[in-house]
Formats: sequence, structure tokens, C-alpha cells
Amino acid sequence: MGEFNNFFVQGCSAIGAGLAVIAGIGPGIGQGIAAGHGAAAVGRNPGAKGDIMSTMLLGQAVAETTGLYGFAVAIILLFANPFKKAW
Amino acid sequence: MGIRSIALLAKISERSLLPVADVSVGVNGFLKYHLFGHTFWLTTTHVSLAVILLFFIVFAVVANRALKKADPYGKPSMFVNILELMVESIDNLVKTNMGVKHGMAFANYIGTIFAFILICNISGIFGLRAPTADYGTTLALALMTFVLIHYNGFKYQKMKHLTNLAKPVLLTPINVIGELATPLSMSLRLFGNVLSGTVLMALIYGLLPKVVLFFWPGALHAYFDVFSGCIQTYVFCMLTMVFISQNFEEE
Repeated sequence: MGEFNNFFVQGCSAIGAGLAVIAGIGPGIGQGIAAGHGAAAVGRNPGAKGDIMSTMLLGQAVAETTGLYGFAVAIILLFANPFKKAW
Repeated sequence: MGIRSIALLAKISERSLLPVADVSVGVNGFLKYHLFGHTFWLTTTHVSLAVILLFFIVFAVVANRALKKADPYGKPSMFVNILELMVESIDNLVKTNMGVKHGMAFANYIGTIFAFILICNISGIFGLRAPTADYGTTLALALMTFVLIHYNGFKYQKMKHLTNLAKPVLLTPINVIGELATPLSMSLRLFGNVLSGTVLMALIYGLLPKVVLFFWPGALHAYFDVFSGCIQTYVFCMLTMVFISQNFEEE
């Protein structure tokens, strides 16, 4: 009713989706740190390259999860908006 | 509501917010049917899954014939060599991560979900919508892992599996929530990775002019479908093995 109609909700949801994907900053920094330490470890011990690689990828994928939560929130706000039917 | 939250992105085309007509990032429903008083949709996920399972059945029949015809004393053919390489690499992966004593019983399960998730993730190359970009698929995979973790926990540690939750007594609620968060985070990780690739590819295909589409999506397919898909497959199987084999060792 009034000025708080579905268009208002859609616009605010778009802004919220944009804010939600800022969560990608943290995993980006974390993955960069992991890759840097992985490169340092390979430089120190080139024989263990395979083990270092798999450990690094596993750690990076686990660190990526928090960023994906932000992405999931953005997708829900844009495409499966739970607030839209309130009016 | 339960149906809607499981098939999270179903029926997007009806209420899409994007003004662009030919961008479809979600699961599209083809056929509506009613069963036990609920309304269900036959979606793109089911179609892609049917194609993938058909591929697996054909592959299994062909591989079975090749293995039966193989001469055990002669030189193996190229196809038999590739099959042996696949089975042996999965066996070695399981052996190094779960140990020989209890772990080898899980080689079949790990190999199955590895092949399934891998083919699902890279099916975007062949024009299908990846079934792992539907939360229903990944939640089912993660729940299977969850059940396996706790079944083996009770099998190998008996009642200590329950009492371990209350090790520092004050931290019991946090431990319980941590156990329950395992399937959630595993399913959301796979789902989010594949879905982000799918959404980006759909935007690229829908929004760019046709000239650019000759070379640029190829690189993105190589990254999002092949590279990211393989990494996520490896990570899912690795986490499954690590979580299950935690229960073996603390005897």
C-alpha cells in the first residue's frame, strides 16, 4: 500500500544484492594469502609440489564458502525474493 | 513452501526482475503435475539428469563389454587402459586419505560421487544446465555424506561418538551446530560455485553482441565449467573422505 509497493521492494532488493556480494572481498584476500604461501612452500621444497597444490586448493575452496553465502543471498534477493509477496 | 525452498530457483522466468528477455539463469519448469496434493514441476534439472544418467548407463555397458573381451595375458587396448587408470587413481586417492584398513570399502562410493559430480559440473559445455546448479541435487549429495559420517561414527566409536559432542561441557551447543552445519556448508559450496558459473555464462550469452560470442565464452567455459568444476568435485570428495575417516582413528 502507499509508496511501499513491490517496485520499492525490488529496488531495495537490488541494492541489497549489490551490497551482499561485497562478501567476496574476504575470500579473495584469503585465497591470495593461501596461494602466496603455497608458492613460498613450493620454492622451499619443490619436490612436494603435488601435496602442496592439493592442500592449497582444498583450503582455498573451504575459504571460498563465506563468499558464496553472500552470493547466495544476492541471488535469493534478485530471483526468489521472499519480501515481494508481503503486500 | 517446502517445495519452493528446495527447488530454490524454480519458475524464475515467470517473475524475473531482469528486463532482458533471453537471459535465463534459473531452473525452468516444463510440465506441472500433481501428486499427493502437492504441485511438482518437471524442470531442466530432471532433463539434464536424464541425459547424464543415460550417458552413464551407455558408458557402463560399453566398459563392461570391453573388460569382458579383454585378454588378461595380452596387451590391453587403449580403452581398457583408460578404465584401469580411472579406477586405480580413485583407489589411490581413497587409500592415501582414508587408509587401507577401513577405507577401501568406500572406494566405490567415492568413485561414484566423483564421476557423477564431475560429469554434472562439466555438462555446461554440452549445452545442458548443470544439475548441480540446483540446490536439490547438492543437498541430496551432502545429506548422503552426512548420514555416512554419523553411521560410521556410531559403527567405529559406539557411544563415544555422542559423548564426544559434550567434551567441553559448555561448548555442547556449538559442537552440535557445527555438526549440523557440515551438510549445509558442503551443499552450499558446490551449489554456489556451479551456480555462479551458470549465472555469469547466461549473462555473457544474453547481453553481449554476437560478434564477441565467437571467442570470449570459450575461455569462460574452460574456466567455469572445466577448471572450477574439477576443483569442486575434488573438494567435495576430499571433504567426504576426511569427515568419514575422522571416525576411524580416534580409537
